[in-house]
Amino acid sequence: MSGKEQGINDIEVIGHTRSAFLVRGALATGSLYGAGAVGSFVTRAFAQGGAGDIDILNFALTLEYLEAAFYKEGLKTAKLSGAAKKLATEIADHEQQHVDAITQTIKKLGGKPVAAPGVKFPFTDQKSFLKLAQVFEDTGVSAYNGAAPMISSKEVLGAAGSIVQVEARHAAAIRLLNGDNPSPAAFDPTLSKKQVLKAVKPFIAA
Amino acid sequence: MQDEKPAIERLASDPSDRKRFLKAVGGTAGAGAFALFLAACGSDSKSSSSSSSTGSSTSTQQSTAKTGTEMFGSGDMGILGYALTLEYLETQFYADAAKSGKLSGKTLAVAKQFGSEESEHVKALEATIKKLGGKLPAKPKAKFPLKDEKSILMLAATVENLGANAYLGQAGNIENKEVLAAALSIHTVEARHASVLNTVTGQDITPDGAFSKPATADEVLKAVKPFLIS
Repeated sequence: MSGKEQGINDIEVIGHTRSAFLVRGALATGSLYGAGAVGSFVTRAFAQGGAGDIDILNFALTLEYLEAAFYKEGLKTAKLSGAAKKLATEIADHEQQHVDAITQTIKKLGGKPVAAPGVKFPFTDQKSFLKLAQVFEDTGVSAYNGAAPMISSKEVLGAAGSIVQVEARHAAAIRLLNGDNPSPAAFDPTLSKKQVLKAVKPFIAA
Repeated sequence: MQDEKPAIERLASDPSDRKRFLKAVGGTAGAGAFALFLAACGSDSKSSSSSSSTGSSTSTQQSTAKTGTEMFGSGDMGILGYALTLEYLETQFYADAAKSGKLSGKTLAVAKQFGSEESEHVKALEATIKKLGGKLPAKPKAKFPLKDEKSILMLAATVENLGANAYLGQAGNIENKEVLAAALSIHTVEARHASVLNTVTGQDITPDGAFSKPATADEVLKAVKPFLIS
């Protein structure tokens, strides 16, 4: 039971402090160019090793499935109203479009899209829904930013970029609604696949 | 930079028309980045030179006039110089807006916060260019119309949306993975800024819907041109 809170806390801490530091560190220090340099920072900060574009897309698809299901359920059961309802409706539509586009892309590349995971979300009302929405969107941004440098195809990278920009816009809008700083750092943090999967695990039904 | 004048000065004195940019941007907005991407995938996902978003393809065909990020240097260095130039402009815009006396309360606080984040981007990009052995681009001289709070916020929204799409337009062109990671972490911050400013100006947080549309360097530079003083 404490695992749930633990997961969320982890992303906050690791995400907003350590990774932001890594990004700035990489920029400010040392040999950026050269064969070795590419490995060190990226591998340490994000890499899951040889993931391949289809694997990365399936990872993204799992997150998008979760987000889409989260907003769909929120609109049904979280008793949303006003600006929250309007925003959740718009975001739900975007996340579903992301699911569809990524599914198609995986198929085009000759891969097999993963199935939608079973889900369980602990929100009970608009307030707890919006808090969790903020975690999902911030995590989504950091997940894409973490995985994107490992994408080999420029086209897949461009597509991931166009999705992550939308996730960041969602994150800021939800943060505004929650009365939180919409842009808490000058550099968005990154999360590794492992960190992301740990963070979302509480919301995946066995 | 082989030319005598810095890129930004050449741009400021370039007489070409802004209308072309507006037409180019407005005309393709509906298509969506993803549709283009899927089309590209269908043929050959490895034919990476389909980076029509650089504007650099133009300069390989016409060897004389350098366009897009190549105005600032070749490859990643050009992209970094281009990004830094945009961050210089954003930083100055927020500084001028904060000093204008037209903002107060929450909007002044937002301008100051976003301005300080842009200046962190400036510092990081300057440090990166220096570490890579490059030369910093000239700081652009600019003047922004700062009439009243509403128009300042509208201009801020335009600047941030353009800035986010400028980074998005370069993502596929960056060779160095660390530079890419840094650019991405800046990209989504610009997107957060854009979302906030779109919200306070009553615009949609995602003007292009579920998939943001990249802007080429040529499009972006034409859009900022009216603010440059030659």
